[in-house]
Amino acid sequence: MEPLPLQVETKRKLHVLSYASTKKRSDYLWAYIMIAPTMIGLFVFYLWPMLQTFYFSFTEWGAFGTYEWIGLKNYTRMLSDVNLLQSFKNTGIYILFTVPLGIFLSILVAVLLNQKIKGTTIYRTLYFLPVITMPAAIAMVWKWLYNSDFGLLNYLLSFIGIEGPQWLTNPNIALYSIIAVAIWSGIGYNMVIFLSGLQGIPKTYYEAAEMDGAGPVTMFFKITLPLLSPVIFFVSIMSLIGAFQFFDLIFMMISKSSTALENTQSIVYLFYQHAFVLNDKGYAAAIAVLLLVVILIITVIQMALQKKWVHYD
Amino acid sequence: MRKGLIVLLSFVLGVFGLLAGCSDSSSGESKDGEVEISYGFWDKKQVPAIEEIIKQFNEEHPDIKVKTELIPYGQYFQKLETAATGGALPDVLWMNGPHIVQYAEGKVLLPLSDLAEKDDYSLDNYPESLIDLYTVNDEVYGIPKDYDTTGLWYNKKIFDEAGVPYPDDTWDWDMLKESAKKLTNKDKGVWGFAAVMGNQGGYYDLIWQNGGHVISEDGKSVGFDQPVAIEALKYNISFIEEGMSPTQAQMNETAASDLFSSGKIAMMFDGPWMVPEYKKNPDLDVAVLPKGKQRAVSIHGLSNVIAANTKHKEAAWEFVKFLGSKEAAEVFAETGTVIPAFNGTQDAWLNSVPELNLQAYIDGAEYSNPLPSVKNTGAIWQHETDILKKAWAGEESVEKVVKELADKANKELEE
Repeated sequence: MEPLPLQVETKRKLHVLSYASTKKRSDYLWAYIMIAPTMIGLFVFYLWPMLQTFYFSFTEWGAFGTYEWIGLKNYTRMLSDVNLLQSFKNTGIYILFTVPLGIFLSILVAVLLNQKIKGTTIYRTLYFLPVITMPAAIAMVWKWLYNSDFGLLNYLLSFIGIEGPQWLTNPNIALYSIIAVAIWSGIGYNMVIFLSGLQGIPKTYYEAAEMDGAGPVTMFFKITLPLLSPVIFFVSIMSLIGAFQFFDLIFMMISKSSTALENTQSIVYLFYQHAFVLNDKGYAAAIAVLLLVVILIITVIQMALQKKWVHYD
Repeated sequence: MRKGLIVLLSFVLGVFGLLAGCSDSSSGESKDGEVEISYGFWDKKQVPAIEEIIKQFNEEHPDIKVKTELIPYGQYFQKLETAATGGALPDVLWMNGPHIVQYAEGKVLLPLSDLAEKDDYSLDNYPESLIDLYTVNDEVYGIPKDYDTTGLWYNKKIFDEAGVPYPDDTWDWDMLKESAKKLTNKDKGVWGFAAVMGNQGGYYDLIWQNGGHVISEDGKSVGFDQPVAIEALKYNISFIEEGMSPTQAQMNETAASDLFSSGKIAMMFDGPWMVPEYKKNPDLDVAVLPKGKQRAVSIHGLSNVIAANTKHKEAAWEFVKFLGSKEAAEVFAETGTVIPAFNGTQDAWLNSVPELNLQAYIDGAEYSNPLPSVKNTGAIWQHETDILKKAWAGEESVEKVVKELADKANKELEE
């Protein structure tokens, strides 16, 4: 994670470095040796598989590592793949809800927990707990809560005379049920990043604003939000990428024999199906490449738009 | 720009984090004439039995050291595929029916027919359908280890309360349906039968009982769209339609086996692997499946196979022979985990839970059909789940879904 509020500091350090431009060559050599383990790891476990994935997306996979070059066939096949289209739609809905709502709620929680109230540490811990909980455990617990016949949620609803729906098996509702869990479990993680961002905002700004008679709402919109914008930008890029790779909750919570699966499966879920269930790794690689391209485009757009709303200083 | 680079890098790393694979190598070393072979399997519950068997094996063959490699089932075949690609399969390993053809035709397994013939090793000691299951292109690739068939489990308490006689071998489809109707009690929240959507111990068994087939003998087409199969599927789904079974959605939310063991369901089909669970409830017992036009039940079992590129063929074969022996089968039976495949050693398994009528499972072996196995069984199963569920959920007609299923499955068979 990049500590953005330290930006100014780093720039100053770089400046000092350039003064000492007569650094010995051996210093650089040592620096490279120091980062070599990480770089080698990155190359072997990320960059190389990435290139291979790209290559395999042009092949048809047979049993036990045999493959055959088929050119663009995997990509043309995508054009008529109804499931792929549906999974893009599902992922889109998922992103549309989890990213803005998740960011909004975590800023809200972060601002609230940044106040001087009793037991802040306890609240912070409580909000962070879902992050350190295994996704599988979260999925199992929510599956019980959501159970339409024996779950707590519908039991509570029955008190106010509402017959709760089948949260996870009704094709029209299942995706939203999962979105709710995803937002709930993601708040804590973003909250911690926002908290550190909030604490990087100098108190003097608020004091000055108070002198000028600004209320808390004005201060939030005129000081907190603009100064938090680099962190919001960072979090929105990371959550968007995370949302595109959404997989575990669907895998755990939606049964394969449920008709809700088609309406909930994400792109990565489809990738998993093709790669590891159907043993169709060539097509799966093509899906992964497509996903990469889509995320790349969206990230570039986000980078371009940041000039309009992100304030660094 | 630096900022951009970091963001860009983090997203690239993020995306491809999910592609990280792993491989493991395993090969034997020999020192002072001692040979080490590795044995790959997935079931943790069977570790004590396997260790005991290795101990007995070493009494006869002190020079062959066996190293066990436990790989959880969830990763087993993924890992095997990677290992097979890199030529690093364990020397001896467990194999199941759905994968045998893929592995045998992929030439990563050693054919055993010649070895068996040379050593006069009899394959008649195992149920024939299991030998058939592991025979690919007339070559036997696996020595059967254990097997499972399907039984009709029932809750005696619900039967007594409804005054319905317990199921026995005279039952047929009509009797099952009639009894389910009498046993269903909406007020108490009790269903007569669980029409689970499952192939082994589910619609496969019913299709066979109705005289149909799942995959044709020439292996070129599926039989789901035949009238007898449609009739069998409709019979299965009718329990849901007529309110005698929980709906598909309900069974997705709460597993039918959980509903059954907590007394919400009077009858269901299930395999012997549920014995440890169901024996906890003294109201439950098991009978043979009811008959349709004929008696039929699916059978599946594991076998021990040898990797084609093992460096210690002789040692691996000695170990596989021992794993398939009567002594080894008895060890498995006594620990109560599986029905051993070696004919005549099943008594010890029967006695492991004497209060249950486990004989039902062994009776089934006589008229059992092996689970069909083709090169891409996994893909066909996937289509079955994806497509048949629409009929189970009542969204589409059986006639419509079987047509779609047959089209897709036949295409897989062509490949």
